[in-house]
Amino acid sequence: MVTTRASVEEVWTWLAAIPDPEIPVISLVDLGIIRNVQWLDDTLEVTVTPTYSGCPATSIINMEIETALHAKGIENLSLKRQIAPPWTTDWMTDTGKAKLESYGIAPPQPAGGPKRCPRCQSSQVEKISQFGSTPCKAQWRCTDCLEPFDYFKCI
Amino acid sequence: MSVQGLIRMGDNTLVLGQRVSEWCGHAPALEEDIALANTALDLIGQTQLWLGLAAEREGKGRTADTLAYHRDAWDFRNLLVVEQPNRDFGVTMMRQFLFDAWHLEALKALTEHEDAEIAAIAQKSVKEVTYHRERSSDTVIALGDGTEESHERMQAALDRLWPYVGEMFSTDEDDLMDVSALRPAFDAYLETVLAEATLSRPDSDFAHMGGKTGARHTEHLGHMLATMQVLPRSHPDATW
Ligand SMILES: [Zn+2]
Repeated sequence: MVTTRASVEEVWTWLAAIPDPEIPVISLVDLGIIRNVQWLDDTLEVTVTPTYSGCPATSIINMEIETALHAKGIENLSLKRQIAPPWTTDWMTDTGKAKLESYGIAPPQPAGGPKRCPRCQSSQVEKISQFGSTPCKAQWRCTDCLEPFDYFKCI
Repeated sequence: MSVQGLIRMGDNTLVLGQRVSEWCGHAPALEEDIALANTALDLIGQTQLWLGLAAEREGKGRTADTLAYHRDAWDFRNLLVVEQPNRDFGVTMMRQFLFDAWHLEALKALTEHEDAEIAAIAQKSVKEVTYHRERSSDTVIALGDGTEESHERMQAALDRLWPYVGEMFSTDEDDLMDVSALRPAFDAYLETVLAEATLSRPDSDFAHMGGKTGARHTEHLGHMLATMQVLPRSHPDATW
């Protein structure tokens, strides 16, 4: 019997279709937490790094990867957790950043604060709190349209 | 490589994480409630890394969970400062500030540790703790240099917690590094923040000892553990 196994590139496209459980507008690949995909004999190894060490989404993310890859016919899957080098928002893709902004979450900026309000594009913004609805976000407010918004903070 | 040293790091983050989580749903403002819960979450996450590595290195089949839930107070190796009760929001934030100021210096030093797994946990944690220290410093400044009432309460909080500062810099061979070397950087940072907060550093250097060695915890730890451990101890097979 001849079996063809999925190429690593193909697996990456499958992973790029799995939404982040807390911010479903971006995928796990957009988020930059998938660090490596490789075949070790007949086992597919996917290396995942956590965003924040206590992020409760981490175990859900592993479940989502298992479910998605099993559905694609991957039988032997090994999920490897890697914490070094630590995850950084620099690994987020540009597509991911653009999707965040159109969803209403200001993407991370090297300056440490949002460039503009994701709703009205005003640059008149102020910080409410360095912590937000998930570990990765801070709360900001636009002083023009007066709407509060989430900012995906840099780490 | 000392397993005790790893347990000390993990017990600090575990005990403080549990303490801070006691505020969930009770903080004075929604933003503060969220910030406290997020800080607690980071600390518990770091605990899983530290105690997970400790259990692995110990090699006796224990896990981070068994270390957290199936030890009694005398086996805990956390600093006394983190087991102190929350009392009011001012005491909670002063405790957080003192610990964060120590924790960030300790983690920065550990990022260079010769043991790659220790360095990796420190590199991960340092990013989170940078945000913790920023927030607790801002709060200490806002309340210290706030109203007459908030100023008095912050000074009282500092006076109350000061005797627990000395232990953070006492060191022995079980530590992952010489923590006494962190004192100058801690003092310099403290001086800047306290000046801005218009608070005075207490004169006495009297220090309560015994948390990190396990020789003598305060009575508060046992009460806290009773709440924290009741579920896995009453229902040992429970999963969630
Ligand atoms: Zn706006």
